[in-house]
Amino acid sequence: MFNGLTLGALLVLVAMGLTIIFGTLGVVNFAHGALYAVGAYAGFVTYEYTGSFVAAMAAGAIFLLVVGVVIERGLIRLYYQRPPEDQILVTFGITIVLVEAIRAVFGGLARNIPAPSWAAGIVNLRVTLYPTYRIDVLAIVGVSLVLLYLVLYRTRLGLIVRAGIEDQLMVNILGINVTRTFLTVFGLGAMAAGFAGVINAPIVTVTPDMGADILVQSFVVVVIGGVGSFWGAVVGGLIAGEILSLTAMIQPAYSQVMLFAVMALVLILRPQGLFGVEGRQ
Amino acid sequence: MSLLEVDAINTFYGEAHALFDVSMRIEPHEVVALLGRNGAGKTTTLKTMMGVMAPKSGAIRFNGAPIGGLPPYKIARLGLQLVPEERRIIGGLTVEENIVLAGLSEPKPWPPQRVYDMFPRLGERRRSRGRELSGGEQQMLAIARALVREPQLILLDEPFEGLAPLIVQDLLGICRRLADEGRTIVIVEQNVEAALSLAQRCYILNNGHVVYEGTPGDLRGDPDFMHRHLGI
Repeated sequence: MFNGLTLGALLVLVAMGLTIIFGTLGVVNFAHGALYAVGAYAGFVTYEYTGSFVAAMAAGAIFLLVVGVVIERGLIRLYYQRPPEDQILVTFGITIVLVEAIRAVFGGLARNIPAPSWAAGIVNLRVTLYPTYRIDVLAIVGVSLVLLYLVLYRTRLGLIVRAGIEDQLMVNILGINVTRTFLTVFGLGAMAAGFAGVINAPIVTVTPDMGADILVQSFVVVVIGGVGSFWGAVVGGLIAGEILSLTAMIQPAYSQVMLFAVMALVLILRPQGLFGVEGRQ
Repeated sequence: MSLLEVDAINTFYGEAHALFDVSMRIEPHEVVALLGRNGAGKTTTLKTMMGVMAPKSGAIRFNGAPIGGLPPYKIARLGLQLVPEERRIIGGLTVEENIVLAGLSEPKPWPPQRVYDMFPRLGERRRSRGRELSGGEQQMLAIARALVREPQLILLDEPFEGLAPLIVQDLLGICRRLADEGRTIVIVEQNVEAALSLAQRCYILNNGHVVYEGTPGDLRGDPDFMHRHLGI
C-alpha cells in the first residue's frame, strides 16, 4: 500500500513531463525513460564527487534541463511538422543513443546512490515499518508537483501551455510564438524526468536501461489519466502505483498485466482518459 | 495605400488548387463582405491572409509590407486578427483566461473590464470555462479576443453560423457598432443579407476565383447574378 504510494508518486512525476510534452508539442516522447536514466546517472556522478544527495538532485534536474533544451533545438524541433511515426522513430533513436552512451561510459553494471543520511532509517507507522526515505520521496514529489501546478496555473507560460495543449493554431493566431514555448516545455519535462531518476535511485538500482519499465508505465498513466491533463497524471500515477505494488504483493508476475487490464478498462469506458477532454485537436 | 492588398495569390491544399489569382484590396475603415457558395474559397482566403496557409504565389501586403507566408503569430502582431470559423474558444480556460491569453503578446491589451463593459454577458460568465458557454457567448468571446488586441483589421469568418436568429440579431448589432466605430472588417458569411447590411463593398468568390467586386447596392440590382453565384 505505502510502496504503491511511493512508486505512484514517481510515476506521477515522470508521466507529468510525458503528458505535457505530448499535449503541447504533439510528440510522443519515447526518449522520456532514457532521460530519466540519464538523470539518475548525473545524480550518481555528482554524488560520487560531492557526497551530497541534495547536490545530486539539483545536478540531475539542471543537467537534464540542459539536455532537454539541446535535444529540442537540435532534433525534436525539426520533427513537429513530420508524421507521428517519424517522431516516434526519432525519440526512440534518442533513447538508443542515450542508453548506449551511458553503457559506454559507465558500463552495464548496476550502480547505487545510497539514501541520504537525513533520510536513513525506518519509521514506525503503527500499521507497518517503513523506510524514512520513501516518505521523504512523497514529500519531495509533493513539493515538485505544487511548484509545477503553480507554474501551470498561475503564470503566463502556464496559460500558454494549457491553451496550447487544446488548440495550438489558435494560440498562434493570437500572436503567440508557440514553438518557443515548446522549448521551455520540453526542457521542463526532461528536467522532471531527470529529477525523478535521481530521487528513485536509492530505491531501485541505477542501470542504463532503468528507464524502459518506467516509460511503459508512464504511458499507461497518461492513457488512464488523459493526455495533457495535470490531475489526470496525478490520479493516473497513483492508481498505477497502487495496482503495480498491490498485485506484486499477491502475484508479482501479474502486476504489469493488471496495469494493462485497468488501462484497457479505462479505454473501454472512457476513451479520452479519466480527466481527458473529448475531441481535442 | 490600401490597408491590405492581396495580389494574385494562389493557395493549395496539398495538390488541390483552392485559390486562383485572387486579388483584393481593403481600405481603412471599411467593411468588406466576402461571399460565395460553400467551398468557394472564402475561408481559405482569410486563412491565407492570416498566415494559417501560405500562398504558393502572389503577394499579400499589409500597410505596404509583404506578409505572405509569415507565420500567424507574426501577422497577428502586425495588427491583423482572424476570428476563426467555429470560434475556437479554448474550452479548458475560463472566459477571463481566454481574454488574458489573447492580450499576452500585445503591448497594450484591453483590460478584461473593458471587454465586460462592452459585453456584460461575458462579465457575468468571467469564471465559466469556455466549453460551458452557449454558442452566442462563445462568438462574443471570440470577437472580444480579437478586440483585446486592438487590431487594425478584423477578419470575421462566419460569425453567425449555427446561431439562433435572436442571437444573430445581437451579434449583428455588435458588428454594426464595430463598423460605426470605424473599424476595418472583412466578413465571410453564408447569411448574405446580414453581411450585405454591414458592408460597403463586397467580393464574390466562385471555385477559387473572384467573380464580382462591387457595392451591395449594385449586387442587389442584379438578382440573376446573385442567384447564380449565391443561390438566392
